[in-house]
Amino acid sequence: MAAYRPPHIPASDITPRSIYMSRRSFLGTAAAGLALTGAGSAFAAPLQARPGPYTLDEKLTPKEAVTSYNNFYEFGTDKSDPSNNAGDFKPTPWTVKVDGLVGKPKEFGLEELLKMPIEDRTYRMRCVEGWSMVIPWIGFPLAALLDQVEPQGSAKYVSFETVVRPEEMPGQKGLFQPLPWPYVEGLRLDEARHPLTILAVGLYGETLPNQNGAPIRLVVPWKYGFKSIKSIVRISLVEKQPETTWKNSNAREYGFYSNVNPAVDHPRWSQATEQRIGEGGFFKTARRPTLPFNGYADDVAGLYAGLDLKANY
Amino acid sequence: MSVIPALPRKFHGPSIWALYVIGLCPAAWYFYLGATGGLGINPVKEFEHLLGLWALRFIIATLAVTPLRDLVGINWIRYRRALGLLAFYYVVMHFSVWMLLDLGMDVHAVLGDILKRPYISIGMVCLAALVPLAVTSNNYSIRRLGKLWIDMHHLIYPIALGGALHYFLAVKSITTGPFIHIAAIALLLAYRPLRKPIMRWKRARKSVDSPQPAHR
Repeated sequence: MAAYRPPHIPASDITPRSIYMSRRSFLGTAAAGLALTGAGSAFAAPLQARPGPYTLDEKLTPKEAVTSYNNFYEFGTDKSDPSNNAGDFKPTPWTVKVDGLVGKPKEFGLEELLKMPIEDRTYRMRCVEGWSMVIPWIGFPLAALLDQVEPQGSAKYVSFETVVRPEEMPGQKGLFQPLPWPYVEGLRLDEARHPLTILAVGLYGETLPNQNGAPIRLVVPWKYGFKSIKSIVRISLVEKQPETTWKNSNAREYGFYSNVNPAVDHPRWSQATEQRIGEGGFFKTARRPTLPFNGYADDVAGLYAGLDLKANY
Repeated sequence: MSVIPALPRKFHGPSIWALYVIGLCPAAWYFYLGATGGLGINPVKEFEHLLGLWALRFIIATLAVTPLRDLVGINWIRYRRALGLLAFYYVVMHFSVWMLLDLGMDVHAVLGDILKRPYISIGMVCLAALVPLAVTSNNYSIRRLGKLWIDMHHLIYPIALGGALHYFLAVKSITTGPFIHIAAIALLLAYRPLRKPIMRWKRARKSVDSPQPAHR
């Protein structure tokens, strides 16, 4: 559809975001007599993390692919829209409100979240559309955050909400809105507390790029990618199974669980294989079999003992 | 009546050949981009989708020829065969890229998808239905088949509908792009049953507006 294709520019030729964004914020604030402060400073800053307990023996998907081939409908529905349209998004300052059935509801500032025990976590990412990546995330277990707010016994689920900022997220304004906003997602409390479930604040050794869900997003590696909600502003502990955006949009095609499962096809396409992005080439795509629970069955299959995975897709 | 200057007759033939060349340019350009790394991170899917989109655009152009002549007075009927054949070529390329590059000639996956996925089944039926139309798109067949040729080529209406449905079912959500293509096909198909009353009304109005020579 888009006739314009941007020219291919090697990563080494691209001015780092921190530099050109600080130029932009300089221009924006110079009139007020303030130089080099404000929104720009948090983009793709180096981020230190200690090695985490989960490693992967697979080739990493190139950073360029991880940051330019995304589904983030708040910035548009084409895969290249998020990286093209996320430049005006301001991930700082940021707070995440954690409330609901908790003993100590709290608003976490981003600085506080970056001081959590952050680790390197290289995970497979399987999109419901049939493609996959291997991404070196930086993040901390969601359980560590939940512990601080002391969930009550009645809390059974965790719901998540993405920010709504039509002025900074062009996919949220205009005539044809693909989804209702805010984007919402949810997990069962035991899924949320599983050690594999993390809140990611970075990838490839830097803070999260806007198009990947800056400044903080969920990563649940055994579920289809759309469960891993981006740019989170609110986390609530609730008693009943929460609303989730894609299930509301089409319940027949997208379930609450959405665990990666090669044996349960999407009604319109097979989930048996996946295309590993960044491998293969124009004359042959790199397809590989999809693994149950995206290869994390040993870790998470126990969560679903006795559950009919075909009915609870 | 015509709103644009008429093309001199001697250019009719060359202009049709030019249309074939221009019409195949998008495919050639996208192939070049794909082969040189210019189609993004997932070039095969991108190429496949672009070919499908252009197939729909040529079907839309084919269907637009008659309303354009009826309502605007531009007669481009001489280009209709080329537009229809271009649509067919793009459908064939779209299918080939899916089968050869995307699924890598995995016969099991190809057949499984054709049988199990409604949108792919619809796409296959449309491709199959386009074949006889393409084969009979020559003057000899038109002469030979007569009335049957006209009836047969009305197949383009269900094919266009199928193409729109295939697109509608293949996308995750309806955004501006899919909406415009699907709406164009819907409008052009909706025009067909309205054509007779509209033309009758236009003829009636014309005979009132322009007095007969006898009144002079």
